[in-house]
Amino acid sequence: MSATLSENVTNAAPTSVAARLVRLEGVCKTFANGTVALTGVDLEVRRGEFLSLLGPSGCGKSTILRLLASLTSATSGWINWREKEHELGFVFQEPTLMPWANVFDNVWLPLRLKGQSRNAARGAVIDALAKVGLSNFAKAFPRELSGGMKMRVSIARALVTRPALLLMDEPFAALDEITRNKLNDDLVALKCELDATVVFVTHSVYESVYLSDRIVVMAPRPGRIVAEIEIPEPLPRDEDFRLSQLYGERCRETSAALHRAMSMEPRSASA
Amino acid sequence: MNSQKIRKYLLPTLALLVALLGWEAVVRVNHIEPVILPPPSLVLKTLIQDWTVLFHSLLVTLTITLQALFAATIGGTLLALVFARFRAVEQAFFPFAVILQVTPVISIAPLLLVYLSSGGAVLVCSFLVAFFPILSNTALGLSSVDHNLLDLFQMYRASGGKQLLMLRAPAALPYFLGGLRIGGGLALIGAIVAEIAAGSAGQGSGLAFRIIESGYRLNIPRMFAALVLISLTGIFIYLILSAFSYLLLHRWHDSARGRES
Repeated sequence: MSATLSENVTNAAPTSVAARLVRLEGVCKTFANGTVALTGVDLEVRRGEFLSLLGPSGCGKSTILRLLASLTSATSGWINWREKEHELGFVFQEPTLMPWANVFDNVWLPLRLKGQSRNAARGAVIDALAKVGLSNFAKAFPRELSGGMKMRVSIARALVTRPALLLMDEPFAALDEITRNKLNDDLVALKCELDATVVFVTHSVYESVYLSDRIVVMAPRPGRIVAEIEIPEPLPRDEDFRLSQLYGERCRETSAALHRAMSMEPRSASA
Repeated sequence: MNSQKIRKYLLPTLALLVALLGWEAVVRVNHIEPVILPPPSLVLKTLIQDWTVLFHSLLVTLTITLQALFAATIGGTLLALVFARFRAVEQAFFPFAVILQVTPVISIAPLLLVYLSSGGAVLVCSFLVAFFPILSNTALGLSSVDHNLLDLFQMYRASGGKQLLMLRAPAALPYFLGGLRIGGGLALIGAIVAEIAAGSAGQGSGLAFRIIESGYRLNIPRMFAALVLISLTGIFIYLILSAFSYLLLHRWHDSARGRES
């Protein structure tokens, strides 16, 4: 186990090209109002890994997700995908469901937008709902579901296209701790079952240590990567890991890295 | 039916009955002449006696109201769609819609009577007042879409047409229906106001004209009977539109569902 901290990007172990899914090189993002959201971000996402972006508010975690999803473009730098055509799934902080559509239709949405009819998509939708444990709720409307169930629908919708990369923007932040822990377990199980690649934004040290193969710690003003922590314990993890001394140590280490990141002086974007 | 529901319907019914009985009693006890204030029983009797005349006028007013509401719905929705699609068009033309809305319809009616037939003027007046709430509510709804959902549609490369059909239109539906309910009431008000303006020039045969005509003839019971029909028409329009709104929204929208107790 090693926590690396530096003022710049640290990729402790360079990966082979084959294992690389996407790479951000020298990415900067400045918003129209002049706010520098990201500066000099070098980040590699490896195929099959669970990568968490950890940092305080305003450090550009969500901006990285939006860049990966092509919802915004970089001011400078490159985003190099290993394969040109890549399927993405996105889970937002809120469930972001269409309230007028039932669970089935919400999960069908990505396939529908790709032109698949309800009948053609039925198998994939039912499969995605089964994976998140909502097989019996296909006809329910979002307002009839609990917060945790809505988030499961959102995850099923993101998974229904079998994405190469699943982007998750603090998806469990608004949930109570019991629901959150349960969804963490289910998410890791799903990730392992599907051999999915996940980039997960979180504020929570405990959540990031429990879920991740690798944690990237970011500092704010301007947003930049300042540390990278490998969590070598194999996924999936269970309650025993949560209660173990090792988990405590990893959390302490990550917490210290986050603390150092937050106490760093703001620096000029051009530095 | 539980006690709460019984109370919900029973209380207003009882209150209405008490008010009518009180009105009847005040007129009878004080021997008030029908030309000053007719008792409710006489209003009802007049309504039955003059039904043929009043029903014809009711049909005229109702037809104009529904035609105007239909035109306002189509026009308001289409213009809201254009506003949502082309921001420049909204910036250019929204002030016109506001000017038409804030100018009292009674002041426009005489001008319209110069250019149009009395029927056409009444229809246009009714349309003008019903149009704005439908336009502004629908435009608001079309632009009040969850930004994350918009991101999702963008991420899956949805076309503008799909975005409109599958996202903006359903998101705008509660707003549109709210505008429609307001527009329904206003269409009737617009028709009545315009009928009064037209009627004063000696034209028209809607319910408002019957009120004016009865006033000239001091037939006060018929004035009240026509008023009752106007109120009932307004209630009818509101109930129909509320039922329509409930039908479309009750499965998913908070406005159409009661709170869980």
